Amino acid sequence: MAEGADEPRREWWASEDFWRKCAIFVTGFMALVLVMLTFHTLTVIEAGSEAGRVPAYSVINHRIGYEFDEQRNFAVPVIGPPAPLFGEMLSEEEARRLVDHGKLTVQARNCMNCHTLLGNGAYYAPDLTKAWLDPGWGNEAAREILMTRFLDDPIANARTFGTGRRMPDPNLTEAELRGVIAYLKWMSAIDTNGFPHGFTPLPQGPLTGGGR
Amino acid sequence: MTFGRLEFASLRIGQKLAVHYFAVAMVLFLAQMLFGLLAAWQFLDPAFLFGVLDFNVNRMVHINAMVVWMLYGFIGSIYWLVEDEAGVPLAGPRIAKAAFWVFTVAVTIVVVVYLFVQSGPGDAWTLWLINEGREYIEAPRWADIGIVVCMLAIFYNVAGTFLAGRWSGISGVLVLDLVALAGLYLAGMFYTTNLPMDQYWWWWVIHLWVEATWEVLVGCIMAWGLIKTLGARRRIVTTWLYIEVALMFGSGILGLGHHYFWIGTPEYWLGVGGFFSALEPIPLVAMVVHAVYDAGRHAFRANNHPALAWLIAHAFGNFLGAGVWGFMQTLPQINLYTHGTQWSSSHGHLAFFGAYVTIIVAMIYVAVQRLRGNAWMSAGLQGGWRWKWALGLTHLGMMGMTVALLIAGYEQSFVERAIGGSTWQAYFEGQTQPWFVEAMWWRMAFGVLMTFGVVLLLWDLVRIGVGEKRPMKVVGGLDDVEETGSGPVPEGSAAG
Repeated sequence: MAEGADEPRREWWASEDFWRKCAIFVTGFMALVLVMLTFHTLTVIEAGSEAGRVPAYSVINHRIGYEFDEQRNFAVPVIGPPAPLFGEMLSEEEARRLVDHGKLTVQARNCMNCHTLLGNGAYYAPDLTKAWLDPGWGNEAAREILMTRFLDDPIANARTFGTGRRMPDPNLTEAELRGVIAYLKWMSAIDTNGFPHGFTPLPQGPLTGGGR
Repeated sequence: MTFGRLEFASLRIGQKLAVHYFAVAMVLFLAQMLFGLLAAWQFLDPAFLFGVLDFNVNRMVHINAMVVWMLYGFIGSIYWLVEDEAGVPLAGPRIAKAAFWVFTVAVTIVVVVYLFVQSGPGDAWTLWLINEGREYIEAPRWADIGIVVCMLAIFYNVAGTFLAGRWSGISGVLVLDLVALAGLYLAGMFYTTNLPMDQYWWWWVIHLWVEATWEVLVGCIMAWGLIKTLGARRRIVTTWLYIEVALMFGSGILGLGHHYFWIGTPEYWLGVGGFFSALEPIPLVAMVVHAVYDAGRHAFRANNHPALAWLIAHAFGNFLGAGVWGFMQTLPQINLYTHGTQWSSSHGHLAFFGAYVTIIVAMIYVAVQRLRGNAWMSAGLQGGWRWKWALGLTHLGMMGMTVALLIAGYEQSFVERAIGGSTWQAYFEGQTQPWFVEAMWWRMAFGVLMTFGVVLLLWDLVRIGVGEKRPMKVVGGLDDVEETGSGPVPEGSAAG
């Protein structure tokens, strides 16, 4: 870099040119790695992919458990025998449409600005990742009825646990309400690497026999 | 030119536009504060405005006003410096003006719809017209498209101006960064049933904006700001800018993985995200060193004290809020307990403030000085107490809120997650613990304090320099013989 004999030599590590090249190379390399990882991740998180991390939508036809995995050292969703939602066995496409309606409804009613989904959102109301499995519903038999009743009129059926925080009435239609419950059931079967920590589901029937 | 009088007419085209953008930004900043206060109060009194302006509406307006005013602040800053940096008039001034008005009308409609329509039926129309229901990027799809069109127009102005004039290290980084920033927004513009897929791309926008491209953008603004306020040497700031880009993108791009721990994505993200995001504070340290080095080398002789103070506040705030507060919970072993608790809220508040509010305010002070006919804004400024108190109150308010939320977060992650087993029962046990409730009161109190600071800041921005008779202090002169980085300068010769 030194152009004149009197000038002290500018060290390579202090030169603009070196750092410009460095910035370009590092950015390009990291972006490339991210793109490659993204291609892989996208195949893994396809609903119903072989990796089993994100379930097929028809998982709502089954009992969903949550059991400790010795090898991975945290609890993972376990898909059990048939336990159809609202007593109806749905095809893959019917299930997808129902879950889709639920997700559209959750977005349209802006649920995420009070609740968290997979831990992302706002912190005014509880996380919905394992809403379907929450012990607060009491037991398997009461769950669908209580969830339906609550979502139908959350103000009258509010349980604020002493906080005074009630859920505003989202005025769900029957179809939207069923969709939301289907979406929550499907969500509870996503493998979230043990998040949220230490969660124990409500008591349910056996998870073996007749599973997929 | 008269010092201390409004000199709007003598501004360059881009600078006039910048003043427009800054003005809207400050109005939205105030709106952000007010809706933040409403939401904070609802934590203490959940019946407040229940069924009228529910928490989710207030919180949505709070965070959306923030995202939008920061974009306005950035766009304003870019328009402010583009002609100065390129040495030629703005390319496509008509398009630039149209983009401003289209963008502003669109934002107004979106906010009115947020407040008065709030939500809609569970179908695609709601997502297109009312609310997309995805945190931070709730803007309905029609507005998304509008934003992209405006960003393209702005990009045309900026790139076109540099193409017609001269390029520099700063402008090169700036233009490439704008391409990435605008392109990333597209990743948030589609709907899918699959929630992990949804959140995977959603983070491309959120993380790769705030933890990568926005950081590089403020790096450019900082570089330009130091040259202008201190007379720092261009070669030094440009070299630092490249170092920051290398470190920022080197850590931040794969640091994205720290959002992929718990959303159904593969386990390798635990390692990738944990490692690279843990490195993310390093470029922020570099920025502090760089800013303080330059300020110290010039013995803090600046032509604009408020701007330099906010620039230094940016360097430290960015490091503390984004760096330290982010690092605290970025390793998956910790994040398992803190993800989705008030920890994130604490981090979010200090990071956005420290990294972005500060530098935009600094740029506005730079603009205001020019608007006041390059009046004196160094020591002994008339009414100088205002900017100092505004700086102090906003920082005290923000730090108070941050610490209060952090205490709430510690308590929540402990009671709800570590011992409570993460059920809804455990969640509410955490929310009713006295320490949590007290923390929320403190957050409210410091929020009010910060709001006073913001009001004082706005008053100061309108009044600073009024009646000032002295011209702007001349800065630099240490070793600014070298302007373009083309000729070598012996290290230490001038300082010695």
